Amino acid sequence: MGMTATEKILASHAGRDRVEPGEIIEARIDLALANDITAPLALEEFEKAGANSVFDPERVALVLDHFTPNKDIISAENCKIIREFAKKYGIEHFYEGGACGIEHALLPEQGLVVPGDVVVGADSHTCTYGALGAFSTGVGSTDLTYAMVMGSLWFKVPESMKFVCKGKWQPWATGKDLILHIIGMIGVEGARYQAMEFEGEAIEDLSMDSRLSAANMAIEAGAKNGIFRVDRKTLEYLSGRAKREYKVYESDPDARYSKVFEIDASAIGLQVALPFLPSNVKNVEEVRGVSIDQAVIGSCTNGRLEDLEIAAKILQGKKVAKHVRCIIIPATPDIYHTALKRGYFDTYLDAGCIISPPTCGPCLGGHMGVLARGERAVSTTNRNFLGRMGHPESEVCLAGAAVAAASAIKGEIAHPREVV
Amino acid sequence: MLSGRVWKFGDNIDTDIIIPARYLAYTDPVVLGQHCMEPLAPGFAKDVRKGDIIVAGSNFGCGSSREHAPIAILALGIPVVIAKSFARIFYRNAFNKALALLEADVYDAVAGGETIEVDPATGLIKTARAEVRAKPIPSFMLELISEGGLMNHMRRRLEER
Repeated sequence: MGMTATEKILASHAGRDRVEPGEIIEARIDLALANDITAPLALEEFEKAGANSVFDPERVALVLDHFTPNKDIISAENCKIIREFAKKYGIEHFYEGGACGIEHALLPEQGLVVPGDVVVGADSHTCTYGALGAFSTGVGSTDLTYAMVMGSLWFKVPESMKFVCKGKWQPWATGKDLILHIIGMIGVEGARYQAMEFEGEAIEDLSMDSRLSAANMAIEAGAKNGIFRVDRKTLEYLSGRAKREYKVYESDPDARYSKVFEIDASAIGLQVALPFLPSNVKNVEEVRGVSIDQAVIGSCTNGRLEDLEIAAKILQGKKVAKHVRCIIIPATPDIYHTALKRGYFDTYLDAGCIISPPTCGPCLGGHMGVLARGERAVSTTNRNFLGRMGHPESEVCLAGAAVAAASAIKGEIAHPREVV
Repeated sequence: MLSGRVWKFGDNIDTDIIIPARYLAYTDPVVLGQHCMEPLAPGFAKDVRKGDIIVAGSNFGCGSSREHAPIAILALGIPVVIAKSFARIFYRNAFNKALALLEADVYDAVAGGETIEVDPATGLIKTARAEVRAKPIPSFMLELISEGGLMNHMRRRLEER
């Protein structure tokens, strides 16, 4: 019996020839990540445990991206604690200020994650790096402390599900539409505890930005990780970027899957997830005309260059509807700079958009775009839970950048063809 | 054997409900407890009593990795959550923080406010109408609990080095 890529990566990091789904193993960690809201608890545990070093200062990343630029005094105090920890223990990959980007856009961009890695992050969207053929999953702060100190962590080997995607994508469709479609199909616990593996010609057609976006939301189906095959595009992305040597793992043809789904990309329109679950998915045509107060284009899901380019194409020469705020958040300093050089900022500013520094801010109702009672946003973020972006009586509709930009112009949920 | 009043919550209780993100800058369990379940049940933190028990539907704790969620529940003196199923990061976090979780389908068999008896060690749940045994906890996690959580496990491992 063959093994899946996920099983092979876990086996190699546990010093084993093979592992079986359901087994509990201790695996070596290639990178451990925390941010400004999960690191404080992890560092408290670190202190309490009397630890006096991290396993490898080059393999710990601390990214101050959530409540930054510091939204209030307590957030500033948290960042200060983390900064002092980073100085004391010589943490190489500490990001704040002008070096800081949204962690799940920043770490792949900086080449800190490579294929075949085992990565844990005290952030549920750590599953993003599966787009690079890594095993990568979210954990809590205590688990992260263990990983930071020991350089390893226990895992239950997940079963794998496979999504085989064929056909050609519709205009404007991206990885966000693929993952929303899948979550709509299998539900928010459809892949609970499992690995989601993506393959097929339609997956090969997706850009790296789209793959990162799709892997990002594997957690929204309950999955432990999402994983993509390493192909020509992955290798091109890694070229000149990867900071470490890497090994590519591929699933065997006779690997075991708990379920295999066939997906026809040409049948997936632009998707919108209505409140209050990411699985409440409709085609944009079914929900067009629903009024909005805010559009957010950004986040670890959709703040990459592909998203900013789509937004610029749609907003070019247009105006954001009166009484609507359109907030654009380039996810990293590099993305920010490139968007500026390409002239996207002129387009956004002429259209009446707000351009935010890289931050997770509004996605989790933190700052930089919080909703009032009764307000509704269309957002390229990943969660539309009750009160996620602000008041418990506000609403979030999830979509890709194309629908968000078109909706900002119309002041209601719209397909881009209505405005371009 | 624990004995406590039941608070019922439905399916897919996410971590933004358990503790909204705007309170995540706080690490003080008391502060986190005050806002537990606030978006869905604003009076919960005030009305809940030490020893009360949460009974929920499927996928309890879905969403973010915030360990603030089990910390907030524990801060209110809730020793155990019973649900049809749990989201995986929440499951790990709860055990790491010594909040007992039992996977059992008792949602329809209990009424809110009813007092039930629960033995987290054996998984036995006694309600007015039924006696149910929860799904067994993986043996590695039982070891973690007997060691007093993941950090104690780590200390022991470090001493062995």
